[in-house]
Amino acid sequence: MDNLLSVNGLIMDFGGLRALEDLDLHVKKGEILALIGPNGAGKTTFFNCLTGIYRPAAGDICLTTPGGSMSIAGLPPHVITKKGIARTFQNIRLFPNMTVIENVMAGRHCRTNTGIAGAIFRGRAAVKEELEVVERSYEIIKKAGLARYVNELAKNLPYGEQRRLEIARALATEPLLLLLDEPAAGLNSRETKELDMLISEIRDLYKISILLIEHDMKLVMSISDRVAVMDYGKKIAEGRPDEISRNSTVIKAYLGEEFVA
Amino acid sequence: MINFSDIKKSLLISVWFMFLTFPIMVIRVNPIDKIVEWRWLNMILVGAASFIASFAWKHYFDKKEKGKSVKTFLKSGHTVFINNIADKKRFRLSFAFILFASAIIFPFIFSAYQVNIITTALVYVVLGLGLNIVVGIAGLLDLGYVAFYAVGAYSYGLLNHHFGLGFWAVLPAGALIAALFGILLGFPVLRLRGDYLAIVTLGFGEIIRITLENWNEFSSGPSGIANIQRPSLFGLELSLQSAAVYIYFLMIALTLFTVFVVKRLQNSRIGRAWLALREDETACEAMGINKTKTKLSAFALGATWAGMMGVMFAAKTTFINPASFTFHESAMILSIVVLGGMGSVSGVTAAAFVLILLPEYLRAFSDFRMLFFGAILVIMMIFRPQGLVSGARRAYRFNKADDKI
Repeated sequence: MDNLLSVNGLIMDFGGLRALEDLDLHVKKGEILALIGPNGAGKTTFFNCLTGIYRPAAGDICLTTPGGSMSIAGLPPHVITKKGIARTFQNIRLFPNMTVIENVMAGRHCRTNTGIAGAIFRGRAAVKEELEVVERSYEIIKKAGLARYVNELAKNLPYGEQRRLEIARALATEPLLLLLDEPAAGLNSRETKELDMLISEIRDLYKISILLIEHDMKLVMSISDRVAVMDYGKKIAEGRPDEISRNSTVIKAYLGEEFVA
Repeated sequence: MINFSDIKKSLLISVWFMFLTFPIMVIRVNPIDKIVEWRWLNMILVGAASFIASFAWKHYFDKKEKGKSVKTFLKSGHTVFINNIADKKRFRLSFAFILFASAIIFPFIFSAYQVNIITTALVYVVLGLGLNIVVGIAGLLDLGYVAFYAVGAYSYGLLNHHFGLGFWAVLPAGALIAALFGILLGFPVLRLRGDYLAIVTLGFGEIIRITLENWNEFSSGPSGIANIQRPSLFGLELSLQSAAVYIYFLMIALTLFTVFVVKRLQNSRIGRAWLALREDETACEAMGINKTKTKLSAFALGATWAGMMGVMFAAKTTFINPASFTFHESAMILSIVVLGGMGSVSGVTAAAFVLILLPEYLRAFSDFRMLFFGAILVIMMIFRPQGLVSGARRAYRFNKADDKI
């Protein structure tokens, strides 16, 4: 399988603090890769570099799109989204005072192009596009199991459903690679199981790759094809889930020296 | 149902009002006889009135809440829901028709003074709707909105004075120039949000006003520009009286046009991008929305209406000077948006009428009118902090049959 995303020698500094040190990571087409590591390991920083919220100090991020591969390091966030990377946030960042469907429709923004004139005069192209947006958004909402909340304000949704809505909104941008930042945080075991199913379903249906940060090891082990482990801004291990759970460096990073058998 | 806790609450409110109005309503110093009068009867009246008012208010809201729960229950039945909408539509149509008809006959019944007041109120409706795009929908707190109003007014004043251009030629030109100024303001504030943005926009408003005040060769300074042409009707010069009526109808047309455009923008791709920007800037960017473009388009489109109204204002008063474009105006327009409800077209319209007409019609109470005005603002903010009409979002309906997947 080809690499969809290759990250080589990525470095990110905050003042004197090196948050990411010479990080290499490759995401293959259609795989689910879990990124784990203790708190403060630099996982979310890595996401922010990928999505353009931070500008990495050095290193290369290369995305392979159907149009060819290109370097996306340092591009502004909305351009990167258009190239095909969508994300969710660790603390849910929905548009709270917009309805569920409007949240998802906002995600369609970068795949549509009605301008101000189109919005005012509602030409045939604008109407057609708007209908398409509504239809596509509703489909995605149904997939995420949120159909009964369509016209509800996002802030009124239960926590678990808000997490799903965030994934739905990210999917609306038609990504090649979906980044999920702790999607199971704060969910109970039933909701986590549903999320597990949703994520695999998304991968199979849309044929996209998923990179997720997660602390829930049960979810990580059951869902991911490969796992990468970070500690202090460095990648310390990478491999299949069962390999990782036996890896002594990983155990040391999580539990300390004395637990290494 | 009347229950005890409601009565207690209303009682508390009435005591609170008696306390608040005590200095004005009860104490009166009589400077001639050098005595202080204590008007206890007034206090009892205030108490009774506020008790009844608060009780009625509460009752009304209880009823409304109950009505709501019935409606949401009905929503589950598909056909009933549709009927419900049809009813609402019929009601709305008849309401709009009555409003329109009364607007048409209004200038033929009432005096020129009344027509003028309403025209002014309509100008503020459009200004409110314009600022609503920037503040209410896109969430960019703009305290210098009056600058664009000034730009529009001076565009007409100067173009008319120097080049003899007419109202109809300058109306779109003024809007365009104001939009350009909107973009000009937009660029330096792209990175700012919240309080910082407010301060810079406030400064921008002052810069425009002070420039106009001091650049004598350009704008003839504080003495302003006089003898600006009124709008002509197919080249006809109108008398003062008929010109007022003509401008009134022009304003009605412009207001309808504004409402139409704003409504369409609100529920479009652009409108959603503005809303997303207001709700969460980081998430908005991560969803592929170009923040720069979105912000600039909000500033430009907001300024467009102010520019148009500036041209209108200059044509209506035939005289402009920088004193008409102080911070007070910006604050007034902002209050209209906040009082009406951020992002709500009908709310902003209603608030513009309330805030402009109230001080006008309270002239009879001369000394008290600003007091009333302030009291209404405070009471509004206590009881309905979200504004008269909170911005309802459009509901999308789908076939029930599709839902089961």
